[in-house]
Amino acid sequence: MNDRAQTYLPGTHPDLPPPPSMVGVYGWLRANLFSSPVNVILTLLAAYIIYLAFPPLIQWVFINADWQGDTREACRREGACWVFVKVWLRQFMYGRYPSTEIWRINTAYAILALGMIPMFIPRVRGKAWIAAFLLFGYPVVAYYLFYGSAFGQVVVETPLWGGLFLTLVIASVGIVGSLPIGIVLALGRRSRLPIIQSVSIAFIEIWRGVPLITVLFMASVMFPLFMPEGLTIDRLARALVGVMLFSAAYMAEVVRGGLQAIPKGQYEAAQALGLNYGKMMALIILPQALKLVIPGIVNTFIGLFKDTTLVLIIGLMDFLGTIQSAGTNPQWLGFAIEGYVFSALVFWVFCFGMSRYSQHLERKLRTTH
Amino acid sequence: MREGTMVEAGTKVSSAIRGSGDAMVRMDGVHKWYGQFHVLKDINLTVAKGERIVVCGPSGSGKSTMIRCINRLEEHQSGHIVVDGVELTNDLKRIEEVRREVGMVFQHFNLFPHLTVLENLALAPVWVRQTPRKEAEESAMKYLERVRIPEQAKKYPGQLSGGQQQRVAIARALCMNPKVMLFDEPTSALDPEMIKEVLDVMVELAHSGMTMLVVTHEMGFAKTVANRVIFMDRGEIIEENEPGEFFTHPRSERTKLFLSQILAH
Ligand SMILES: Nc1ncnc2c1ncn2[C@@H]1O[C@H](COP(=O)(O)OP(=O)(O)OP(=O)(O)O)[C@@H](O)[C@H]1O
Ligand SMILES: [Mg+2]
Repeated sequence: MNDRAQTYLPGTHPDLPPPPSMVGVYGWLRANLFSSPVNVILTLLAAYIIYLAFPPLIQWVFINADWQGDTREACRREGACWVFVKVWLRQFMYGRYPSTEIWRINTAYAILALGMIPMFIPRVRGKAWIAAFLLFGYPVVAYYLFYGSAFGQVVVETPLWGGLFLTLVIASVGIVGSLPIGIVLALGRRSRLPIIQSVSIAFIEIWRGVPLITVLFMASVMFPLFMPEGLTIDRLARALVGVMLFSAAYMAEVVRGGLQAIPKGQYEAAQALGLNYGKMMALIILPQALKLVIPGIVNTFIGLFKDTTLVLIIGLMDFLGTIQSAGTNPQWLGFAIEGYVFSALVFWVFCFGMSRYSQHLERKLRTTH
Repeated sequence: MREGTMVEAGTKVSSAIRGSGDAMVRMDGVHKWYGQFHVLKDINLTVAKGERIVVCGPSGSGKSTMIRCINRLEEHQSGHIVVDGVELTNDLKRIEEVRREVGMVFQHFNLFPHLTVLENLALAPVWVRQTPRKEAEESAMKYLERVRIPEQAKKYPGQLSGGQQQRVAIARALCMNPKVMLFDEPTSALDPEMIKEVLDVMVELAHSGMTMLVVTHEMGFAKTVANRVIFMDRGEIIEENEPGEFFTHPRSERTKLFLSQILAH
């Protein structure tokens, strides 16, 4: 403190360390938890609530939990029965997919993981090619692995698909499909051609105006009524299209928000250089607009991911569906809570992962300072 | 040498060239409305190859609107605009053809903030002219040297000063090898100390023989490089003359008033 009182000749003032209230644990506590009387009270209150809630939670999840064994009899203590999750894990992950064929799903996961890893490493070159494969090649590979029929593989019909695997299929198809459709709809809504504009608006508003459950019901119950005799479309395929178009309508509005934020000068500069509409949008406008709305896009993805649980309504056994049905199994009645906690954890991991990736992307794409 | 002949040609141009094949830009009886508002009234203007024209006039007189009609950023409702032999109509092909040959520099630069300086420059040659990327980047570097900022090639526009950004914008337009360059108040968004660096680049460009139409209130620039100065007011071309005459013997009262206002400070 004495340092501060000292005077220096003009031009000779050295750099001094910041005051202790700004640095270290003490500084952090002061700035973040005890900066004002109200904050002191809130901090103490929060600490008290944590004190009340945490020990029982820890007890239930870890200390009093049962981990060993394969039957319901193994669960005798008052904590969580993780045996339940352990026993049913294969169902939760793959549904009724035949166990001899599960390697196909795992292979597809492995290919995806191998493709994704380089995307996170800054030094890797040719990311565009990898991304192109993931977007266009991978779905084909995955389809033949999951469904079969090529290379003499056994066909696994979609009613056997289930668990987290099914959830991931629906979510990925929804995510990969809804973004481009949403972009097209957003551009259509801003089009100067009245027909295109009205069609886009009608599409967006109709899909946004109905609950996803209704969409799924229509897809599974009503849609077959309109189809010609003898022509059936797979129930999963119908749900996929429903989910995809539903989120595309939301995506369109998110993207439109980004488009509106791009100044007119960007369009003019692009046009003045002779770029046509497609190139102007693809090279100048959309890259900027999409970057602006990454949080909104990821928000829609996360919402979509969680909404996939609604497919249970039309009889598809997704991740949550298998957990629920295991919980109602007469052998295992009373352990549904463990199942729900497990599903919450898994959903959280995926959604949090998406959220972190979007933050990483935003930082990476920032070009202004 | 070349400079002298240009100026001479310029003084005769307005009467001699109208309708001849030498015209780079020809506007014939052009009218434009915004709703009920008549912005451009019977604009007749011919710009010969290699001619440098400065357009001035009070705010709202239609200067920007007029030059923006030349590359169809604005649509005119009657009259004819012909750029390098191509008439501007609703035909998109022709509009794009004209835009390829006409470079434009804006008041607010309008660089693409998500691309580096080099990418800004190479973009149109690669995607519009189908130049191989390597070649486009090499020529982009040449233009960056010409506007004296080759060292900024890898930076993003947001990291440059206003003057540097405007020079990049000029280089970006030049990369398309345009036959005409349009400037819409290129220095009026700049701090005073940056105006000169941009004007220097423009003067150099003028000396290289580029056909230029410049909306500006930089009268020093008009005196050094313009063949003709055009004065606009309320959507009309009120007066056009070579700069010497224009500044010393303005003909109309409105021109006199305008000149007294801008020369006052
Ligand atoms: N998109 C538009 N819709 C309606 N009116 C417009 C539009 N753009 C310009 N105007 C009007 O047209 C007139 C001419 O505008 P213009 O931008 O060409 O003027 P200017 O001579 O370039 O002026 P400044 O020196 O301020 O740039 C102005 O009165 C302006 O308000
Ligand atoms: Mg203007």
